[in-house]
Amino acid sequence: MMAPVSTAPAPTEVERPDTEGVVVPELPWVTIVWNDPVNLMSYVAWVFRSYFGHSERKANKLMLQVHEEGRAVVSGGSREEMERDVEAMHSFGLWATLQKADA
Amino acid sequence: MVASLAAQVVELLRDGSGSPDPEGGDPLAAFVGLGAGGPLPTPDDPVVARLLPDAYPDDESEAADFRRYTEPGLRDRKVANASVVIASLGETAGEPDDADPGGVGVDVEVDADGVDAWLRCLTDLRLALATRLGVEQDDEDRWAGLPDDDPGKAMHDVYDWLGFVQETLLRTLR
Repeated sequence: MMAPVSTAPAPTEVERPDTEGVVVPELPWVTIVWNDPVNLMSYVAWVFRSYFGHSERKANKLMLQVHEEGRAVVSGGSREEMERDVEAMHSFGLWATLQKADA
Repeated sequence: MVASLAAQVVELLRDGSGSPDPEGGDPLAAFVGLGAGGPLPTPDDPVVARLLPDAYPDDESEAADFRRYTEPGLRDRKVANASVVIASLGETAGEPDDADPGGVGVDVEVDADGVDAWLRCLTDLRLALATRLGVEQDDEDRWAGLPDDDPGKAMHDVYDWLGFVQETLLRTLR
């Protein structure tokens, strides 16, 4: 019997391990509040003061960002924390979503 | 009228809230608010969809999971807020106001918790009306241009008035 001809393995793509660290930490998440045509500016600012405990100045700044830019990042943290914040925003009638910080 | 609107929103939120029939389903699941038990899709009714929006806009599966755990609680909270509003209006119904004879003005007393419920409920009512009307950003001209007998105009006037009530309430908090 003839020995099987050994063929060189076809080149395949090998996933290179992350060289920056052994464990890639989970990216922090952010909560985004989106502008909507219904909610009053004063109401949105009140929600930010009320729920996040922001000063009037900070709350107004965030509210204006939502109003003028269409959206604002209102908080950051773990995914679980952001889900809680989004749920809270929905309980106030704001439209919020969460995503990875650099998505 | 506000009470009637609030009651309508309550009905919308209660319909399709997914609680299983206690006779046939799992009463504990119903009590805890897990509904039918599976991930939930975006609601069909646009008003309900606006009151309970998607948390993950690009991921249906994550959105459905999030909904499964948060939707029953959110529905209950919104219904509770609407109930506070309906109750506070019920307390003042039928009381004549000497300063407003024959008018429809109502004085409502609200405590701190009540303010929170009123503000949140007013938002839900405005969101519901705006969704039904198709309100868009900066579209005031469109509504101002409608004839007075247009039913949409009447509804939009109510929507505006609720905004005025909300603004007034917010000012008292400052």
